[in-house]
Amino acid sequence: MTKLDSRIPQGPVAEKWTNYKAHQNLVNPSNKRKIDIIVVGTGLAGGAAAASLGEMGFNVKNFCIQDSPRRAHSIAAQGGINAAKNYPSDGDSIYRLFYDTVKGGDYRGRESNTYRLAEVSNEIIDQCVAQGVPFARDYSGYLANRSFGGAQVSRTFYARGQTGQQLLLGAYGALSKEIKKGTVKMYNRHEMLDLVVVDGKARGIITRNVINGEIERFSAHAVVIATGGYANVFYLSTNAMSSNIGAPIQSWKRGAFFANPAYMQIHPTCIPVHGDFQSKLTLMSESLRNDGRIWVPKKKEDAEAIRAGKIMPKDLKEEDRDYYLERRYPAFGNLVPRDVASRAAKERCDAGFGVGTGLAVFLDFKDAIKRLGEDVIRARYGNLFQMYEKIVDTNPYKTPMMIYPAAHYTMGGTWVDYELQTTIPGLFAGGEANFSDHGANRLGASALMQGLADGYFVLPFTIQNYLADQISVGPIPTNTSEFDQAENSVKERISRLMNLKGRKSPDYFHKKLGHIMWNYAGMSRNKEGLEHALEEIPKLREEFFKDVHITGTPDEFNPELEKALRIIDFFDMGILVATDALNREESCGGHFREEYQTPEGEALRRDDKFMYVAAWEYKGEGAKPELHKEDLKYEAIEVKTRNYK
Amino acid sequence: MDLTLKIWRQENAQAKGGFKNYEVKGVSENSSFLEMLDVLNESLVDKIESPVCFDHDCREGICGMCSLYINGHPHGPDNAITTCQLHMRKFKDGDTITVEPWRSKPFPVIKDLVVDRSAFDDIIQAGGYTSATTGGVPDAHTSLISKYAAELAMDAASCIGCGACVAACKNASAMLFVAAKVSQFALLPQGKVEKERRVQNMVAKMDELGFGNCTNTYACEMECPKEISVSNIARMNREFLGAKILKTEKV
Repeated sequence: MTKLDSRIPQGPVAEKWTNYKAHQNLVNPSNKRKIDIIVVGTGLAGGAAAASLGEMGFNVKNFCIQDSPRRAHSIAAQGGINAAKNYPSDGDSIYRLFYDTVKGGDYRGRESNTYRLAEVSNEIIDQCVAQGVPFARDYSGYLANRSFGGAQVSRTFYARGQTGQQLLLGAYGALSKEIKKGTVKMYNRHEMLDLVVVDGKARGIITRNVINGEIERFSAHAVVIATGGYANVFYLSTNAMSSNIGAPIQSWKRGAFFANPAYMQIHPTCIPVHGDFQSKLTLMSESLRNDGRIWVPKKKEDAEAIRAGKIMPKDLKEEDRDYYLERRYPAFGNLVPRDVASRAAKERCDAGFGVGTGLAVFLDFKDAIKRLGEDVIRARYGNLFQMYEKIVDTNPYKTPMMIYPAAHYTMGGTWVDYELQTTIPGLFAGGEANFSDHGANRLGASALMQGLADGYFVLPFTIQNYLADQISVGPIPTNTSEFDQAENSVKERISRLMNLKGRKSPDYFHKKLGHIMWNYAGMSRNKEGLEHALEEIPKLREEFFKDVHITGTPDEFNPELEKALRIIDFFDMGILVATDALNREESCGGHFREEYQTPEGEALRRDDKFMYVAAWEYKGEGAKPELHKEDLKYEAIEVKTRNYK
Repeated sequence: MDLTLKIWRQENAQAKGGFKNYEVKGVSENSSFLEMLDVLNESLVDKIESPVCFDHDCREGICGMCSLYINGHPHGPDNAITTCQLHMRKFKDGDTITVEPWRSKPFPVIKDLVVDRSAFDDIIQAGGYTSATTGGVPDAHTSLISKYAAELAMDAASCIGCGACVAACKNASAMLFVAAKVSQFALLPQGKVEKERRVQNMVAKMDELGFGNCTNTYACEMECPKEISVSNIARMNREFLGAKILKTEKV
């Protein structure tokens, strides 16, 4: 078994990053322009990294699949970004942010990485303000903060319900500045289809230009993947339609281990599923839980009557309502972490108390409107209420919203060491695409923080420790056998698909995969179901390679081909998720195994057996991935059972 | 509901396009417009016909990717939404719905309903940012910004870069898009340092790319999914004139 070296610097956790930066190797300014770096993705992590590396003087090639780098899915994040500024003076600190993040992650994250995240969080806010990000302000002119699930302090900075958009546009501005200067060359509508490894080092990528189907080679001294997560393995999720797992899976097949794929976040506040034709699920920001109260009817007959439309939810008396989060978790109430809130909603609906289609619970603003007035609620959540009304056609000021959990974020990702380097030298992973900071569950407003931390303040430094060795290598040629082989394998993959003259569309298979994943590897899992998923997914893949039909040709704008290529990766991803979930015989954070729960139905961790990162190595098509373990050690934090009661 | 769709089909940028009619039956009024197109495409693929290409991504109204011109309106008949948020309950059984791409010279058609909006990226690259580099910036509380100015800046900054303003304008003017970015930075102390350069460079780039001028019809504001106000155009004009008259920095 390969030993995973996480390369955590020595010393107390609070000094590691300072010590690291003081001693790492750097690339001097005149050498930087001799170094090429590929960054795949233009979200918060990729866009910020490409911009920062460009500013430093490296030659950056940046890739995105949309028509503009401004459209990466980071843009859809609503609620906010955490930082340990302690501006409200409510007792926050770097240590407390670090502590909450490790605890929220159910003690399955890497302590040193999480501490660094908390440490750079304050710089992120400064950076974004300098870029002209219009964060919410108080009348004093100072920045406003709000609280978010899983925290007892107000440390979340926000820009209405569009925080992700504003932060991404900040990074996009910085990136645009570098594109103009010529340090970053931007490739829009390009999809990475393979990683090129030369002499054990990541040296380039193969892409498909989605406008004309051209297959191209790009070389570099290092490659950064920042392409987000894999929630679309469920087909229905809050991710964008094009969100895919291509770059990490291609890298996995080239030797980059994939860590903790079982850790997926099911977000508690999404608009419920309404029909078979549905293409995606819409998130309602978790910030709504600050003022909204979640409930279902206390009596089954009331739930049935509400489902049948015989009584209106607003007419149900207080004593007949079950505010189940407040009942079960009095200390945190409606602000418990996402995994806890999601499972509690599922538990009530499974028990027959759901509303709407039966798979929904109420999120009620009646009391908040009474307390604060409709104007205050409109100022806080107006755009979210409007979005809800456009989709569902009911007015949340008058009748409670209906919500249900949906796949939203994935804590697992490509395994990285402290420097965010994968098991392939020269290949780095940032943002949601890597694994380490959130453990088994991510707290609200931490994804934006991590994406920008990696992109602005971690990757641009740690990558130099690697590149310092590369200054005399010279430009990487693309006419070598490794590039030939990678390009040929991409072309073969495409021609194999185009030659299948089956009868079914790519979406047909994606939906079927989604059903398997949601039913057997979703919010709650058991051995039998996971084994079933591991039988079904390869069968579905086999059927796909017999019966899929791709219209058109590969040399044109062809969304059907794009979808088919991505589904192949999602098959691998589904198998990885189920394999990891089966191996992890415990419940923690976003991974819940029915066999391992307390008598009250809470997650039961097994620290003696599973306090490790599960990193999976690719062993060939159809072969079971091999498990490698990175033991987790907690030095600055005492490991406890998570308790939000 | 049953509908007739009259959709613009165009093989590629060079090909000559034209309308083609499609009948769709049993559309749920709870489905979004794009989900209705998904269902149409699924049926075309089943018949081994080429599906209708259109841009879309987040499907929650924020990425700015979707861009359909429906019954003569960018993003269709409803107000303050993108195409992906338009729901079929806004139409009636038996309706004929015309679907076209954005039509303007700086946004050439790539295929069917997909257009190339890279001109917007070019305009932003001309100056739609502050030049602050990563790190070494002051603490966020060093500069105070009134809540009022922050809110106005946020109103302008909510632009999603979809291009509906250009598609709505008879002159294919990009003034609302450019003005939103110029305004955001003109309203904030962080943006003030470069404001003369910014407005001159962005306006020059917009003109160079072939976008038309503003003749105050306000169609852009009417069709903007984020309801960005034309008062931003007035602010940009003031900024532009100020920069030209004061000649503090000639670019």
